[in-house]
Amino acid sequence: MTPFGELWDRSLRTLGIEAGLNAMVDAGITSEEVDALYVGNMSSGRFTNQEHISAVIADHTGLSARNLPAIRVEAGEASGAVAFRDAYLSVASEVYDIVVVGGAEKMTDVSDAMAHEIFATSVDQQWEVFLGATVPSLYAMMARRHMHEYGTTKEQLASVAVNAHKNGSKNPNAQFKNQISVEAAAKAGMVASPLGMLDCAPISDGAAALVLAPLDIAKRMTDHPVVIAGSGVATDTISLHHRESLTTMRSTSVAADLAYRRSGMTPEHVDIAEVHDNFTISGIMAVEDLGFVEKGQGGPAFESGKFDIEGDLPVNTSGGLKAQGQPLGAIGIAQVVEVTRQLRGDAGDRQVDSPQVGLTQCVGGTGGTSVVHVMKVI
Amino acid sequence: MGVARFWRENRTRYNLIGNRCPTCEKAFFPPRELCPTCHRQSIGKMVEIQFSGKGKIYSYSDVHDAPTDFSDQRPYIMAIVELDEGPRITAQIVDAIDGVEIGMPVEMVFRKIREESPEGIIHYGYKFKPAL
Ligand SMILES: [Zn+2]
Repeated sequence: MTPFGELWDRSLRTLGIEAGLNAMVDAGITSEEVDALYVGNMSSGRFTNQEHISAVIADHTGLSARNLPAIRVEAGEASGAVAFRDAYLSVASEVYDIVVVGGAEKMTDVSDAMAHEIFATSVDQQWEVFLGATVPSLYAMMARRHMHEYGTTKEQLASVAVNAHKNGSKNPNAQFKNQISVEAAAKAGMVASPLGMLDCAPISDGAAALVLAPLDIAKRMTDHPVVIAGSGVATDTISLHHRESLTTMRSTSVAADLAYRRSGMTPEHVDIAEVHDNFTISGIMAVEDLGFVEKGQGGPAFESGKFDIEGDLPVNTSGGLKAQGQPLGAIGIAQVVEVTRQLRGDAGDRQVDSPQVGLTQCVGGTGGTSVVHVMKVI
Repeated sequence: MGVARFWRENRTRYNLIGNRCPTCEKAFFPPRELCPTCHRQSIGKMVEIQFSGKGKIYSYSDVHDAPTDFSDQRPYIMAIVELDEGPRITAQIVDAIDGVEIGMPVEMVFRKIREESPEGIIHYGYKFKPAL
């Protein structure tokens, strides 16, 4: 992957190409061995005026010299995760052998205000955004209900961001490497109450990529292949107000259930997880909806250190969206990259002690789409 | 953005018009082509209704970082309001001098939603205010 951050000197295409080539070098393959390219990207048209980004990246990674298929996938902020799933399905169904799957977003070529406007195209434009709702305000309404129903506190929300920054400080690719305190996070200026500045993940540029192959081929490429044990994707209403509950993301619990059943595993088997902490409340709801703790216990569990790198179940060792960064289309791929590094024992200063099973959870909009993958070492 | 994209929904947005499934009686706002529970049985049979405009605040947020079209209104309150007839709806809360809380009774008012500066279009629709 590329570093995440405000990368003024890099364009969308240079980011996509860099991540794609890095993944191919890591796997020890050349473009002659690749059968197809999948690209997750949310809104290159509005961020950079360039659609058809799949062909752009295929061209400049040398894949279109052989006229290979290149497919772009869009599912809001879950674009990368859905691209990963589709790439996985194409290999699992034996349509292709070796597939490169990447995700990329270039968000800083437009103004900050415009970036937030484009961001909000993943929620309901007609019946939410038109009336004045922003993405932070929708997540803020989830947080308000979570506080109301379960007594979740501002400090518990803050502890999600504190954990993210602590882990980000050990990740050379992270956008934010500074640590923050619970007090600073809880007292930061308001964005949409009860969420403040440090409850929100940043605007970022970045790209990430991976190589997928059937196990017998993967074993020839590396001594430490990581296996996709279960994959789930699910949808829910596009508008938040149409959900029965604001404190559960049903698309996440359904996708998790699919991924667990397919892998024959339960939440107790999971050693590490990368979850979609675009806001601190999302991190809390994710650990509940994934079954790591009971509903309502996410806040106290983050506060107690259960999800710290030294805790029972390290969450977002990469720094998550909050500290590693949030280049929309790249998020879902970056999560899998982190879990893969951890499972292979390549995570440097933030390495967890020999994890066997890892999970990723990625969300589009306010939960209109969720994607969950369970991965394991063999 | 073309004007038609907005006036298309004016009737619904000005009058709080939704519909109801004749099979399970569930009410929807905005109106749906079919009931997500009853599917086929509801196609072509959904019954139009106008909501009373009365409801309660289900959740809310004070918006400090506002989109450009709303920046002159900030900070403003966005809420999810549960209408008395059942559906929930996202809307701005106005005239709430003492703030709002979950469960507070509110009623619909017809207001200017926003102005789009380049085209000079002014959009109107529903907001809610504390019920007297
Ligand atoms: Zn029905």
